[in-house]
Amino acid sequence: MEQTTNVTVQPLDKEKVKGIWKVALILAIVTAIEYVFAFTMEAGMLRTVIFVGLTIVKAFYIVSEFMHLGHEVKGLIYSIILPMMFIIWLIVALVNLEGGAIKDSRGIIDYEPAATEHS
Amino acid sequence: MATTATMSKKTLWGGGVAPLKASYGKLMMWFFLLSDAFTFSGLLITYAFLRWSAPAYKGDPEAFTFSTEYWPIPEKVYEAFPGFHGVELPLVFVGLMTFILILSSVTMVLAVEAGHRMDRKGVVKWMLWTIIGGFAFLGCQAWEWSHFIEGTDVATISDVMINGIWRENYEIFGANLNFNQYGPPAFAALFFFITGFHGFHVFSGVVLNVIIFFNAATGLYDRRGHYEMVEKVGLYWHFVDLVWVFVFTFFYLI
Repeated sequence: MEQTTNVTVQPLDKEKVKGIWKVALILAIVTAIEYVFAFTMEAGMLRTVIFVGLTIVKAFYIVSEFMHLGHEVKGLIYSIILPMMFIIWLIVALVNLEGGAIKDSRGIIDYEPAATEHS
Repeated sequence: MATTATMSKKTLWGGGVAPLKASYGKLMMWFFLLSDAFTFSGLLITYAFLRWSAPAYKGDPEAFTFSTEYWPIPEKVYEAFPGFHGVELPLVFVGLMTFILILSSVTMVLAVEAGHRMDRKGVVKWMLWTIIGGFAFLGCQAWEWSHFIEGTDVATISDVMINGIWRENYEIFGANLNFNQYGPPAFAALFFFITGFHGFHVFSGVVLNVIIFFNAATGLYDRRGHYEMVEKVGLYWHFVDLVWVFVFTFFYLI
């Protein structure tokens, strides 16, 4: 099993390391933007869509750059991405349509405090 | 790569060629991660489904109080920070946890990069930082769980069942698997299950990282001639970070 004993260390590629830190910076900035939305915007459908959108942006950078999937062959990219896209379709269908339908059919109503009822 | 182009079909099926130009181990790691992503999708679907069909709080967020009748506003639940008792710091602590995990992901990429260059010292250094990041995250999570279980200073009053006996107007502090002070029972159950399952992944990742760290430090991968194990475990570690990005959004922001 002993193959090589004297290993040659290749020099550091500064550009590559710079690229890694750049992706880290993008992730930090996107998270900061999420915080801005969390504190300045009222909760609602639009904010939820923004959060999910920004999360997918972060997921793209992690999978494509950190996990190196963006630099693999097309067959490998699609065999990972396509099943995940079907899963996301399922999530949207189950959560948005089914969850809402269950809430309606069970007659579950949201809680409104008496003090704010007239406003 | 020139050899694959001239290879006949017969030899292509005879083995010795990496399909999708990725090694067996890396390919299998990818498919394991895909299946693991399905598991987490199942958990997140359950979370979103239960939350969507639970009563929401429609009043003024400033006047929000905990009740077992409706789903809580996450900012009001996760607002504690170690050493700042009674100070409202919404989402600051989870922000720190996110930051730690992303940083440990970066140091993992740097370890993989050092592995490509056969730089043993670099791999050892960056793996060590990654392990420290992993332990820091686990420590934060331990604190968050204990705070979540212990609860705040003000109790939530509700009727609960304890050891088969119905207790009316019971003062609930913190959370357990049956009821909690923050919201409906499903709220704490989902918190324990999803962040716990993720935390267990982080823990397994740290164990794997420690093994790789020792293998690299003792020169095993130098003797083997490549540092592919660092890459494979790196994939798993990034996946843990990826899942946290989703847990963070669904649990703490929405």
